[in-house]
Amino acid sequence: MSKKKNIFQRLGESPVWKSIFRSGVPRTRRQRMMSVLNSVFLHLHPVRLPRHAVKLKFTWCMGGLTFFLYLVLTITGILLMFYYRPTVEYAYTDIIDLREQVPLGIMREIHRWGAHAMVITVWLHMFRVFMTGSYKPPREFNWVVGVILLFLTLLLSFTGYLLPWDQLAIWAVTVGTNMARATPFLGHEGPGAALLSLGDINFVHAASDIRFALLGGRFVGESALLRFYVLHCIGLPFIIMIFMAVHFWRVRKDGGISGPT
Amino acid sequence: MVELKHFINGISHPTVILTVILFIYPFIFPPTNWFEKWNKRLKFDFFWTKKGLITVYTFFIGFMIIGVQDENAKHILLKPDNVPIVGLLFLVHFFLWLSMNQGMKNDKLIDAGEKPNEYHDPKDKVLVWPDLVYIELIALVLLMAFLLVWSIGLEAPLEQPANPTNSPNPAKAPWYFLGLQEMLVYFDPWLAGVVFPTLMIIGLMAIPYIDINREVSGFYSFKHRRIAASIFIFGWLWLWINLIMVGTFLRGPNWNFFGPFEYWDLHKLEVLTNINLSDLIYIKLLGVGLPENILLREIFGFIVFFGYFLIMPPLLAKTVFKKLHQSMGNFKYGVFIFLVLSMVALPIKMYLRWIFNLKYIIAIPEFFLNI
Ligand code: HEM
Repeated sequence: MSKKKNIFQRLGESPVWKSIFRSGVPRTRRQRMMSVLNSVFLHLHPVRLPRHAVKLKFTWCMGGLTFFLYLVLTITGILLMFYYRPTVEYAYTDIIDLREQVPLGIMREIHRWGAHAMVITVWLHMFRVFMTGSYKPPREFNWVVGVILLFLTLLLSFTGYLLPWDQLAIWAVTVGTNMARATPFLGHEGPGAALLSLGDINFVHAASDIRFALLGGRFVGESALLRFYVLHCIGLPFIIMIFMAVHFWRVRKDGGISGPT
Repeated sequence: MVELKHFINGISHPTVILTVILFIYPFIFPPTNWFEKWNKRLKFDFFWTKKGLITVYTFFIGFMIIGVQDENAKHILLKPDNVPIVGLLFLVHFFLWLSMNQGMKNDKLIDAGEKPNEYHDPKDKVLVWPDLVYIELIALVLLMAFLLVWSIGLEAPLEQPANPTNSPNPAKAPWYFLGLQEMLVYFDPWLAGVVFPTLMIIGLMAIPYIDINREVSGFYSFKHRRIAASIFIFGWLWLWINLIMVGTFLRGPNWNFFGPFEYWDLHKLEVLTNINLSDLIYIKLLGVGLPENILLREIFGFIVFFGYFLIMPPLLAKTVFKKLHQSMGNFKYGVFIFLVLSMVALPIKMYLRWIFNLKYIIAIPEFFLNI
């Protein structure tokens, strides 16, 4: 006890620190276990893991990276929302301002490249889960949740693509949503749509089909921009968070990360 | 150099590249014993060794170096939104290698009656703090560093303001949907844009329920689940990712094909003389006109279509998939074979187009029902 404590040790024993991190500085085995158990974030993880599960060459950390990217996108996305107004009048010029007026204006770059990266990491994560056969019982349902997450990730990316309101954006979305016109029964140029009519009255036409519902109009215009904005910034993130919560919960409940028996 | 570029332009045409791919595919990812024997004999497992990785990467990098010195290829490779796809090429190959490399090692261990490399004594566990959290922290820091460098180095694209009256040529969907847009060449939008994506999602979701091999789970392996793995890799890698590559790098104005070193000429003409199956039979073969009655007109198309989806499954169940059918039972087999046949329909239609200029098998434009 004669040795003088350094500043970190004192900090670690201070009442403030201990009130935040109940188990103190994790030095002993017990403290290390408690620090995982007591933290709302860390306890996404179990306390102990089989050796292979923490090896990079097993999981490639791909699910984790996907989640990190999602967080990065959320933060940069919120910052972008400070500047961006989703109207035909302002959208494009706001993007220009972001580039030219805002100090350290790389938020848009991080957001865009991060989004591309997330699509790639989701695919690779799916690929690793497949190649390790980790979708097999008891993890079947979590694979299904994963497929939904993949789909939502693509939708998030797609809705975001429109927001800069430049030629690239509007035409990419036009090409993408044109396909919806041909949805069987629900699109006005889809097979079966003509069946949904009463005498001369067509129920499914260009101003009532699924594409119209998606775009809020017959063309990619003002209301499409607003719809995509709302979906991109609120609707889809909200839904994907729910599925992610289920996904992580199930990884734990299905017996933790898969491994050989 | 010019000849080399011409050669590369030539072989990158989907007709060539996909044929080569389809032909070699089962030898690289052998689904049966016979193919596996040839895989060994042709030494294709070389790809999954360290030297194999270096060889393929040398090849990729060589191509990129030649590419950035050519005006046309440089333009398409370094377009900001295409950079991630160039990255995707490298990444996908790396992770394919990583999984196959570990899988091969495990396959050998299992054949020798041992446990796979992933196996550790169940009692011997590690603590999440610090063993996992520090890996996650490092991954996060590296990822952020990487993103920052990428973002400082490469400006996000911004083109002219949106103009609904002036459509660019080609007008491309975002890159991750370019596989679907590429399918539009061969199928109508209701199939390429709606039915196939839906089947892809359903098919992916169905995988855990139709794969009846429950043992090989939680470690990398190819041989001991080769049917599942070869089908999945085929669909994901060779159809999905590959079509994205084609759609991104090799499709120019009017969605015409352009080799990587070819100039995107707006006026390149590709003569389209595609004809429907009904025209082919009634007019070309029989020399009579098309019948008035739609059903009669499309009868051959219906025969082909229903033959494919109704007669093929039992036929395959009696022959190639005999064992599979027995172990799966009727229902699972039915779902499985439907999904596989739908997937294979894409390359089949491609070949019908390339060889016979076939447009539609069933063509009922009256109801927008073209297949
Ligand atoms: C937004 C997208 C996703 C996120 C954030 C995510 C996140 C994660 C994380 C962090 C894990 C833990 C293990 C690991 O990192 O590999 C995991 C496991 C898993 N994921 Fe995902 N995932 C996503 C999408 C998917 C997709 C697309 C699939 C499959 C189609 C999938 C299927 C699974 C399965 C089956 C497991 C359990 C694996 C095992 O126990 O070995 N996930 N996910």
